[in-house]
Amino acid sequence: MKTNDLAGRIPWTLVVFLAALAVPWLGSRYDVFLATQIAISGLFAVSLNLLLGTTGLVSFGHVAYFGIGAYVCGILMKTYAMPFSIALPAAALGAAFASLVFGFFCVRLTRIYFAMLSLAFSQIIWAIAYKWNDVTGGDQGLPDVPYPDLDWMNSIPLLGDLRIAGQFYVVSLVVVGLSLAAMRRIINSPFGRILTTIRENAERASAIGVDVRRYELAAFVVAGGFAGIAGALFGIFSRGVFSDYVFWPKSAEVMIMTILGGIDHFWGPVVGAATLVLLNQEITSYTEYWSFVLGTILLVLLFAFPGGIVGGLSAGFAWLRRKRGRAISPDARRLEATGAETTSVEVKRA
Amino acid sequence: MLEVKGLSKSFGGFRAVSDVNLAVAEGEIAAVIGPNGAGKSTLFNLITGHLQPTAGRVVVDGRDITGVAPFKICGMGMGRSFQRTNIFPKLTVLENVQAAFLIHRGQGPNFWSRSERLYRTESEALLASIGLAAQAWTTAGTLSYGNQKQLELGIALASDPKILLLDEPTAGMSATETHESIALIARIARERGLTLLFTEHDMAVVFSIAQKIAVLHQGRIIAHGDPATVRADAEVRRVYLGDH
Amino acid sequence: MTDLSFLFTQFLGGLTTAMFLFLIASGLSLVFGVMRVLNFAHGSFYMLGAYLAWQAVQWLTPLLESFWLAALFAALVVAVLGGLVERLLLRHMYGKEELYQLLLTYALVLILGDAAKAIWGTQQLSVSRPPILDGAIEMFGTVLPLYNLFIMLAGVAIAVIGWLILARSSAGRLVRAAALDREMLGALGANVGALYTGMFMASSFLAGLSGALVTPIQSIVPGMDVEVIVEAFIVVVIGGLGSFWGTFWGSLIYGQVLSFGILIMPSFSLFSVFALMAVILIVRPWGLFGKPMR
Repeated sequence: MKTNDLAGRIPWTLVVFLAALAVPWLGSRYDVFLATQIAISGLFAVSLNLLLGTTGLVSFGHVAYFGIGAYVCGILMKTYAMPFSIALPAAALGAAFASLVFGFFCVRLTRIYFAMLSLAFSQIIWAIAYKWNDVTGGDQGLPDVPYPDLDWMNSIPLLGDLRIAGQFYVVSLVVVGLSLAAMRRIINSPFGRILTTIRENAERASAIGVDVRRYELAAFVVAGGFAGIAGALFGIFSRGVFSDYVFWPKSAEVMIMTILGGIDHFWGPVVGAATLVLLNQEITSYTEYWSFVLGTILLVLLFAFPGGIVGGLSAGFAWLRRKRGRAISPDARRLEATGAETTSVEVKRA
Repeated sequence: MLEVKGLSKSFGGFRAVSDVNLAVAEGEIAAVIGPNGAGKSTLFNLITGHLQPTAGRVVVDGRDITGVAPFKICGMGMGRSFQRTNIFPKLTVLENVQAAFLIHRGQGPNFWSRSERLYRTESEALLASIGLAAQAWTTAGTLSYGNQKQLELGIALASDPKILLLDEPTAGMSATETHESIALIARIARERGLTLLFTEHDMAVVFSIAQKIAVLHQGRIIAHGDPATVRADAEVRRVYLGDH
Repeated sequence: MTDLSFLFTQFLGGLTTAMFLFLIASGLSLVFGVMRVLNFAHGSFYMLGAYLAWQAVQWLTPLLESFWLAALFAALVVAVLGGLVERLLLRHMYGKEELYQLLLTYALVLILGDAAKAIWGTQQLSVSRPPILDGAIEMFGTVLPLYNLFIMLAGVAIAVIGWLILARSSAGRLVRAAALDREMLGALGANVGALYTGMFMASSFLAGLSGALVTPIQSIVPGMDVEVIVEAFIVVVIGGLGSFWGTFWGSLIYGQVLSFGILIMPSFSLFSVFALMAVILIVRPWGLFGKPMR
């Protein structure tokens, strides 16, 4: 854990969080817009990575739980005029409950069948959202989801100076920050370690006494709950909930974010989300063919950097460190190990 | 300690294991031998719950464990190793063993503590006893084949089994590795008072440590007893000599 | 009596949908059966088939009006494209985790979707029916366009031809062997690489052909790729991933469920097909007509 590097001593997480918090005061309205989108997408991608990277479950329907969170929160706040403080937890619980029901069936299947069933469930949610006009607004969606009541902020110095979008960004960032902290804790907990043993080798995990399906289901529920929180925030942020949010290509999109950042590192998906959101803004100002660019990025990623941005960087740093002949700390060695994918794949085959 | 009564398994019409009876007493080192395809691995998978028997019972310590899911059997004091190496390749050696401690000591549903701090001393002690202390921070997947087998033994030991089943513990090892590995297994079994049941193709290994040997041929036990008896058995000689 | 003819109309509508989907899904299923790759780009190949057929019709019009030639041209171009994709890209993903294979084919969905937009724009395009099939016939009081009848027959024809190839030819034997046990195949000394390329080209050919054949009755629009691929997935799952006849029956079931689902619960027909897919995956993951795999 301890390095003598100055860089190692700086609490980077806190620095990044504070920098992000300063955006509404230092940046433009547009910067706030982008920052909110990054924070929410980051949370969504990290929740997916609890399945993808930590447990090794390829869910192709994660957007279902994002969507359920968005609809639950949106319906409660718009149709029933409930406060945000009730709607947000309700969204998380609703999404977690749906994950429990759907996950119960999904974890009974393996690999490609797991992916297909999770896709089928998410399409069921989409079909409901698309057709159940009375509740979800059908193909018209649920426009004009109100902002939470943030009037109390107006009496607080600094916060009072912000527009509502800036204030909501601060709220979102705090919610996202707390969620990420909780998820990081969970991944580093004994529960999280058991999940990694399932990813590594489910047969061996069960031989040491792990009830694999049960743990997979628990991971599915936790991931679904946090996706629900991200969805709830997103519905308010984009001022409406639409059936497009749950259409299957969205699942692919968040998966690309996650892989782009790197699934072997906790912060990978956040980096991926930030990269994709910013890139999208840049590129769509030049060309309408964003999908083409995204597809090309994905191809390059698959062939050249399967470890994603963070995986590539940490492999690069490890290489530099070795070159400088420094003793390698256990931490760095672990990072390196995650970069060295080929070796472990070969071992699995042997 | 371990009793197998009339255990049978058919795949379609093929009887892979038929009417096998075995008894291993506490603290005993027993081996199941037999030519390739005799049904050794199937027998093991039946005992550990990875396969459901067509007929028969498996009793451990007076408890009937027939058909119990593999993850539950581990909690009943039975550890196992696999013929193919079976570790968690991307985790470090220490983390491999630590994970087994976590699950065995009921920490699985713990969402909050930091896993790397738990059972650190126990894990390090265990690694020292199996001779992997120096490799604690190595990624398990990069270990040599022999070391991976050692680690697998370590993972099995972390759940503090009373009885240990090893499926071909020296498969694929060089002569030196085989020798060291057998010495290690014998020492651990002695130190911990383990009951040991293993399958093995290397006859020298079997006769050097087993106190009791059962010979499996075409799914049936054709001879069993102490090494001297088995060695002298006419049927065994016919099967083995006829095979080669 | 009117009731009955109405039901018959629905039935025929379902049958047309079914045979269409069979044309598309058969290729998807074959590729999964042999290569264990779930090809998201299959829908994009279908879309390209449609656009290419339209393009070919435009080119040919001054010389001769031949829808059939255009369709064949489209299917062949898509087959070649499929071969290139397999050789240059997909080949490197065999033996890696499914996730990477899925994402590779999804990358193609993104790229091909935008490429089609760039080349042909976002406006709806359409192709007129070949004159020979312009009419309609009446069956039991139901008017059935000749072209729909043709599609049904084409579906059956492809099913029979596909079955003959699979059951009788030596290539078919290899394909069946591969579907049962991949490791055995290499051991038998088969040229697995060539088999995979051939398989993928055949599958792309079918996708391109079905895209071309759909143009006279559906307009060509961006987004037809992602819509159809999900439908094809459902069909393949119902019948059993990798099972040829399963896909055939799966299409028939899907077509009727959709067709009569609209009748019974208009707003839930979409829901019912996905629910059917989910239920089958839960109860029989290998599909109604497939065999359980290891």
